[in-house]
Amino acid sequence: MAGETRKQARQPVAEGKAQGNGISAVSQNGHADATAEDGASEAFVEYPAGAYTHEELGLSGDDARAMYRNMLLQRRFEERAAQMYGKQKIGGFLHLYIGQEAVSTGSAYAMEIGKDSAITAYRDHGLGLALGMTSNECMAELFGKVGGSSRGKGGSMHYFKKELNFYGGHGIVGGHIAVGAGIAFAHKYKGDGGVCLTYFGDGAVGQGSFHEAMNLAALYETPCVFVIENNEYAMGTATHRAFAQPDFYRYADSYGMPSALASGMDIFSVYKAMSDHIAMARNNRPSILEVRTYRYRGHSMSDPANYRTREELDARKEQDPIVRLKGYLLERELASNEDLDAVDAEIKQEVMDSVTFSEESPAPAISEIYEQVYAQTDYPFLTD
Amino acid sequence: MAVLQFREALRAAMVEEMERDENIFLIGEEVAEYNGAYKVSEGMLDRFGAGRVIDTPISESGFAGLGVGAAMAGLRPVVEFMTFNFSFVAFDQLVNNAAKIRYMSGGQYAVPIVFRGPNGAAGQLAATHNTAVESLYSYFPGLKVVAPSNPDDAKGLLKSAIRDDDPVIFLESESMYGLKGEVSDAADYLIPLGKARIAREGADVTLVAHQKSYWRALEAADRLAEDGYEAEVIDPRTIRPLDIDAIAASVRKTNRLVVVDESNPFASFSSEVACQVQERLFDWLDAPVLRVTAKDTPAPYAKNLIEYYMPRAEDIVAAAKKALYAR
Repeated sequence: MAGETRKQARQPVAEGKAQGNGISAVSQNGHADATAEDGASEAFVEYPAGAYTHEELGLSGDDARAMYRNMLLQRRFEERAAQMYGKQKIGGFLHLYIGQEAVSTGSAYAMEIGKDSAITAYRDHGLGLALGMTSNECMAELFGKVGGSSRGKGGSMHYFKKELNFYGGHGIVGGHIAVGAGIAFAHKYKGDGGVCLTYFGDGAVGQGSFHEAMNLAALYETPCVFVIENNEYAMGTATHRAFAQPDFYRYADSYGMPSALASGMDIFSVYKAMSDHIAMARNNRPSILEVRTYRYRGHSMSDPANYRTREELDARKEQDPIVRLKGYLLERELASNEDLDAVDAEIKQEVMDSVTFSEESPAPAISEIYEQVYAQTDYPFLTD
Repeated sequence: MAVLQFREALRAAMVEEMERDENIFLIGEEVAEYNGAYKVSEGMLDRFGAGRVIDTPISESGFAGLGVGAAMAGLRPVVEFMTFNFSFVAFDQLVNNAAKIRYMSGGQYAVPIVFRGPNGAAGQLAATHNTAVESLYSYFPGLKVVAPSNPDDAKGLLKSAIRDDDPVIFLESESMYGLKGEVSDAADYLIPLGKARIAREGADVTLVAHQKSYWRALEAADRLAEDGYEAEVIDPRTIRPLDIDAIAASVRKTNRLVVVDESNPFASFSSEVACQVQERLFDWLDAPVLRVTAKDTPAPYAKNLIEYYMPRAEDIVAAAKKALYAR
């Protein structure tokens, strides 16, 4: 039947030859094709799970342990945030990143924080913490307290941290992608050597703003890496139901950009892919990096995720990026179980302390509603 | 004082500011090699080079968003829309990103950006190319909206808008780019945002009007004078923040107000002024606040219909006489 053929054709290419993580291991070095000498190849590159060791990537044992801690902090922070949401300490929407932590941590270690920039969508707790935002300021923002990173004015979807060149935290799907291109444009204009990592989900690829930003970034040769965090569902819509072409890295062809596909279940794959793409960006070569990842929780706290099966979820949890790195650290004797338990205990305490901090941090004064709307300090607001 | 066209005054403002601060750049459709769709940026590519006067594809959402990101990262973009009718495909960038990022970030990020270009009707262009946007954009806290009526104000206000640390919507007009007027050649000519200009003094009725409507209001004031009524004409120049104090001072003197605005009437600039004046000055008013606006319809194409659609001097005279209970 024609209909079936069409549906088949819409399945992601890699899925047909998937090896558990949704990404095929095409060759020993993980590359589908040889790269050019500057690391920039028109051919698309794959970074499958399990293809890299930390030594090969120039990472020390300390680095690997720090990456583990960085990922686990995000996980424990969000588990606690979910609990606090249930206790109605947190309002509005809460979109959890649980399952995707290798993407944020892998890139945080590949970039030069402070010199480079990052911008993401509303599922932003993980990236914020990975870049170095504190548990206190993150939790207090969720609580809507003045100790929060935006003094309680932004909430879950709008984390920002200027000292870290973290440009948010954006609530409109696709709305921030061109902003990321603009941040990269500014790096080039000022000649400061920095690059901008612009993160968004698979759902954003359907927005016109994505395609406009790709074209402008390529046209102006801005130092930007567009990171598509493909977690397979835009809210409840699976990618194959929403996209005629669900292999998102292929869109790069339309804009003459290099692209690659990395496994988001292995932090070393993400780290390697991000490092290569950042190197291209430093030469003013924008690119697309599609990272295949998975979120364990629903789209937001109100989503029971009935659009997927228990079996699918369980299968994905078996490839958990934190469990994978833990296994790696133990197998390589980079850490003992006791060491890792101690890290977990320390993080849990840090997160509990952030809850206490947030409880004790005052709510914003009512007068703050008129502050930070404008730079102008004597703006004549209409007041009652 | 030099006599400049409106477009030359805008260009002078941009050139002076770009020479002063290298973080300022101009970006938009046809601004560079074509020398500007309306020749506002004529010669600027030669002067500043392609790194600072930048052509874009037809991609308003993309380049408006790029401007917002560049502004957050410390640059001061001037983004030209060929017309503000085209800004609607970039609406999210203006009303969510430019307007709200300072607030949502708790003041961490500023968005010092100017979006400029022609606004409102420009003849027989029919419904999609004849929208006046000041009422729309001034709805959003976080934005400032400027709408000058003459070359001198255009220069002084655009220089201030470029220096402002808040996002500014700067409204021009296709049909006014050739308008000539004396422009101050003071070294650093800045007109503060949020200050109205009393263009003509009078004690009988206040007319508030900006941009093209301002010229219709002056025409109406001349005709009213022939009938013995002295109208005071106030050009607000900035729509947000609005200099309501200047308007209120005038109404205390005349006790009558007519607001002229080429926006559609519903939930508009004119309804805002009427609301604020009745809240503040109910006891001072000797007549209801009246409005002369575009009609409550999309803009038509036919010559006779678009002429009727727009605020005309005769409509303003009629409204003023109604407020004066005159015949």
